[in-house]
Amino acid sequence: MAELEAGTTAAARRPRPLSPHLQVYKFMLSYVMSGFHRISGFVLYFGVLLIAWWLIAAASGPNAYANFEWFMGSLIGRLVLLGYTWALLHHLLGGIRHLIWDVGRGFEPTEREFLALATIVGSISLTLIVWVVGYLAMGGPR
Amino acid sequence: MKQNQILTPMRRVRGLGAAHTGTQNFWHQRVTSVAAIPLTIALIIIVISLLGRSHAAVVQILGSPIVAIVMLLFIINTAYHMWIGLQEIIIDYVHEDKLKLACLMGNTFFVFAIAFASAFAILKLSFGV
Ligand code: HEM
Ligand code: HEM
Repeated sequence: MAELEAGTTAAARRPRPLSPHLQVYKFMLSYVMSGFHRISGFVLYFGVLLIAWWLIAAASGPNAYANFEWFMGSLIGRLVLLGYTWALLHHLLGGIRHLIWDVGRGFEPTEREFLALATIVGSISLTLIVWVVGYLAMGGPR
Repeated sequence: MKQNQILTPMRRVRGLGAAHTGTQNFWHQRVTSVAAIPLTIALIIIVISLLGRSHAAVVQILGSPIVAIVMLLFIINTAYHMWIGLQEIIIDYVHEDKLKLACLMGNTFFVFAIAFASAFAILKLSFGV
């Protein structure tokens, strides 16, 4: 009982959280990343068309495959692929972040901000690594 | 039986909820997300190792059993995952009943078309003809 009372007074002295307001809102990377997860999921939804095109082109024959390769080799194709790679890796890391939350961990403010930062830094670094390895696998840019 | 523990008591009793499916979609979204981690890494490795190869080589590698099976698993898992995901997004943003139904239906058509077209392509690469 004594413990309970001590707990209550301590809680009463703690500053209560203020209700959020659109214009008075502390910037948090975590809520930006939350939006990014949905946007990347949405982008990937239509990005699956690229994978389908690739598979169907390969199954259709050399000419269809050459068309696919031509588009992916163009500047626009390269940019689309770069965006797709980043969306995929960002969503992958963001998804892992969600799964960490699902098992009840990572909710402390510092942990949340760390996870958000790790998602964005990790997805950009991984994208660069994948592209460098990709170009090396192809034998240099062309 | 583990799965049942995540269902709310009301879901077990009535099998209802806003979407009449209780927490099933939520749970399946988690299952497909966990599966998506290794499958996505595998996809990236497969794509990198095929970059710059001739069409004949790509056909041979994509059609080989292990690669084809991994690609099929990726496609099927992703299809279900993205179907649930987009349904969630649509329900959040589209409130007018008829439009919502049109979008939900469009989501289903799109996902089935993509999944079956991709799966067909993989099978054709494997079995030739
Ligand atoms: C091409 C592959 C993928 C596509 C097309 C895709 C698509 C989507 C979409 C449309 C959503 C809904 C977003 C929302 O409700 O805000 C979503 C959510 C989610 N995705 Fe993916 N996804 C893919 C890969 C992955 C991967 C590799 C993971 C790895 C962990 C993942 C984990 C998740 C999780 C945990 C959620 C739920 C987030 C939440 O509850 O808000 N996804 N995905
Ligand atoms: C996040 C996803 C989506 C959002 C937010 C969304 C939003 C909307 C909105 C606002 C409208 C009304 C347009 C108007 O008033 O003219 C609409 C209509 C429609 N949408 Fe979607 N949509 C989504 C996904 C999809 C998908 C994936 C498909 C099919 C591939 C689709 C198919 C349709 C169709 C057939 C209509 C009816 C058009 C009409 O009645 O004029 N939607 N959607």
